[in-house]
Amino acid sequence: MMNLSTVNLKAAEVQVREHRLGSITGFKGSAAELVNCVRCGDLTDSGRSFSQCMGCSTSNATCAVALIQDSAVISHGPVGCAGCLHEFAFTYRVNGVHRGVKNPKQRHIFSTNMDENDTVYGGNEKLALTIREAYARVRPNVIFIVTTCASGIIGDDVQGVSDEAEAELGIPVVPIFCEGFRSKIWTSGFDAGYHGIARKLIKPPVKKQNDLVNIVNFWGTDVFGEWFKRLRLRANYITPYATVKQIETSSEAIATIQVCSTLGSYLAAALEQEFGVPEINVSPPYGVEQTERWFRELGRMTDRNEEVDVFLCEERERWTPEIESIRAKLSGKTAYVTAGASHGHALLGLLKELGLEPQGAAIFHHDPVYDKESDSLDSLKNVVDIYGDIPEYNICNKQEFELANILNRVRPDILLARHGGMTLWGAKFGIPSLLIGDEHFGMGYEGIVKYGRRIVETMENDEFVKNLEKHTIMPYSKWWLEQDPYTFLGEESNVEVY
Amino acid sequence: MSKFIEQQRFMCAIGGMQTVVAIPNAVPILHSGPGCGNMVTGFFERASGYAGGSTAPCTNFSETEVVFGGEARLESIIRNTYKVLDTELQVVLTGCTSAIVGDDAGQVAKRFAEEGKPVVYVDSPGFKCNNFAAHDLIINAIIDQYVDRFAYKNTEKDSNLVNLFATVPFQDPFWKGNLEEMKRVLEGIGLRVNILFGPYSNGVEEWRSIPTAGFNIVVSPWYGLAVAEHLAEKYEQPFFHFPYLPIGGNETTRFLRAVASYAAGHGAELREDELELFIKREEIAFYEEIDSLATFLLEFRYGLPGFVHVLHEASYVVGICKFLLHETGIVPKEQFVTDGVPEEYHDSIRAEVARISDKKEIPVFFEPDAGLAQARIYDSSYDGRGLIIGSGWDKQVAKDKNYDFLSAGPPTPYRLVLTTRYAGYKGGLRLIEDIYDRALDTYN
Repeated sequence: MMNLSTVNLKAAEVQVREHRLGSITGFKGSAAELVNCVRCGDLTDSGRSFSQCMGCSTSNATCAVALIQDSAVISHGPVGCAGCLHEFAFTYRVNGVHRGVKNPKQRHIFSTNMDENDTVYGGNEKLALTIREAYARVRPNVIFIVTTCASGIIGDDVQGVSDEAEAELGIPVVPIFCEGFRSKIWTSGFDAGYHGIARKLIKPPVKKQNDLVNIVNFWGTDVFGEWFKRLRLRANYITPYATVKQIETSSEAIATIQVCSTLGSYLAAALEQEFGVPEINVSPPYGVEQTERWFRELGRMTDRNEEVDVFLCEERERWTPEIESIRAKLSGKTAYVTAGASHGHALLGLLKELGLEPQGAAIFHHDPVYDKESDSLDSLKNVVDIYGDIPEYNICNKQEFELANILNRVRPDILLARHGGMTLWGAKFGIPSLLIGDEHFGMGYEGIVKYGRRIVETMENDEFVKNLEKHTIMPYSKWWLEQDPYTFLGEESNVEVY
Repeated sequence: MSKFIEQQRFMCAIGGMQTVVAIPNAVPILHSGPGCGNMVTGFFERASGYAGGSTAPCTNFSETEVVFGGEARLESIIRNTYKVLDTELQVVLTGCTSAIVGDDAGQVAKRFAEEGKPVVYVDSPGFKCNNFAAHDLIINAIIDQYVDRFAYKNTEKDSNLVNLFATVPFQDPFWKGNLEEMKRVLEGIGLRVNILFGPYSNGVEEWRSIPTAGFNIVVSPWYGLAVAEHLAEKYEQPFFHFPYLPIGGNETTRFLRAVASYAAGHGAELREDELELFIKREEIAFYEEIDSLATFLLEFRYGLPGFVHVLHEASYVVGICKFLLHETGIVPKEQFVTDGVPEEYHDSIRAEVARISDKKEIPVFFEPDAGLAQARIYDSSYDGRGLIIGSGWDKQVAKDKNYDFLSAGPPTPYRLVLTTRYAGYKGGLRLIEDIYDRALDTYN
């Protein structure tokens, strides 16, 4: 099924996850069954005869590049394909304070504003002009070009135009191939963004920095800074809020860790395979066992075993009493999770750690392996091994109608969501619903406590959702809410021949 | 050839899905790539409505559909939409992918229409036009494919009933409130009004009564005109055109008198005394506020905005400038029309801008590339305290220039708008509140 290596920086494009990792977007069964399917190599994908707007790779590709401090981004397509990218300008401004950027500058986001004429005669010339104008206005240290369905189908030579501009302007001009129709898995966009970064920005190491650790993340609060001080390490967050310079030298780090393999799989693997920076070989630190395992592995990789021993001992001592008291409060309560892949596994682990019973999960997609093929990185398997099976583990491809149907029948004590728009469907049924945006929030011993406190608080303060339930608007038909949630799931297709 | 854009202030054609979202119980069905719906909702924010965003059915074009076509998939998605969602009107919108590979989505929709379903099809690939123009295309498609079929037949024209086309829902963040206020003032002078969008309308029922209206009102420099022209041809309805958003006392009264005069000339029965009484009452209430505010406007020694740059669609640029200059004394400097208005309307908009003041010339730039508009603001300099009324993108400029800032156009992540209106008498007062509230809030 797999190539020996999924990372090929000579190629302009990285393959989408369906092809590269055999990832799927439809499955019903339990978590253990899914893990088992993967182990036996008989994982099949399922399509749907009804579907709703999913989201595409473009915004995730932009997510990986637009928040680089000294970058400019050009969306090559109709103006709508850059529609939601202003959100990154907002994020960059409001979140800078949590990441040491005191005066965050305006993000520079362009659209080539492709019109009908361009689809007939091609948009190369317009793209070439936009690159030069963007350069003149912004003077960035890198320009990224994100492609769109339209530019992809009409076959514009984005690579050629970028290369020419790069030679002329003397800064990297990086094409990122992320046409929406290429992948049903929107996280393929992260890979596309990171592929461009690994190809064009990261440079071979000049000198190794033995205290520098790459952290592939979004824009979560700087928790690692504090932890790393105690371990005599320094955090190199990539790629949001990093500078081009900082990314160039990420090859000099001693290790790469990531907050979520769904996000960072490709970049971490590229750093390991192409630049010799080892990727941590265990799942992220959610829940006691994984926290212990993760910090020990980090200690081993960075030669900080003693510091890690002390660190873990202090953390254990400091947080265990409160973890136990929260567990007592939450024990036996039921929960449901909806999230992207790996972070969803983390949330399920956290819930179990806190004594809650997950009644199921609607997870957007499933990666049977990551780019670094390793059993110990299988975050779903790890959760199942530590905490036991999770029933009704549904791969839902962010299909809201299935989630609404399931929540209506399951009615858990709490809904934990990771992506925007999903908590609404808990709230509509009067279910206390919690979304934590900060991806670092639940990590380590401290994270168990922080998440636990928020869960307790959310369940206790349910007046709003109970009232909303009484007055809510329900577009879903009575018929649908009474059907099997997987009514429209079917059309099996083997991912290998997809 | 269209030019590239930095910091877009509008969407592509498929952004018109919000026009559908704004009709109660209507469902947009996208025959498009997987990301279009989210791009639209992400641009407008908090804009899912009844069945937009992640609720909207979508064929989610993949490689398979690009290679083999997606008509079969569309057929299945539409068929199952009827099972899964409660809906009174469905509008199938095509995206770039479907248009480029040459799917005949119209035929698919037509099969359902032949089964009696209230389904409409619109060709709306992103590269075709922007969402302002698509708004008109969609309304006309609904008129031709839905209203025509489901209209109340054999009903005589009602000369006092009007259809109002005044705002592009969601693109105008104040669409709900504006429609409510315009309905209120038009009813105040004795008309009945179909506003067609939002919770203050009567949903598809209103759409079915479109042909019975005596005439139509377009409040906009350009969009809406294609609809009014279409209705003129189709149902022989004349239309009255007011080329900008009426804000505050002067302009709302001017608007109402002009409508009343037009209505009288087109068979409506309005009572002169009712009109005068309504205008008088509204003006008294409006100017009572301005009168008692004047001292503050004239005397507040610590500084209030004295001049303004507006970056917005043309309707707002003209409406806001007329209002602020005459009703608050804030002087318009360079103005920026950022909605990509077609060139054929530039002259009439310029002429309207020229009528803002008979004493001063107000420079206006048609600049959908708002990055360039901002560059002009950075380069300008005036005495006194400045105000920028624009989209969220302009917050940074206001900060850098040390100007006051009112976020009033999309995309606007820094502001929450529910039913606030800027149109009409009440809208004018609200705009004053918002501007000076933000100015006062800078004093700690």
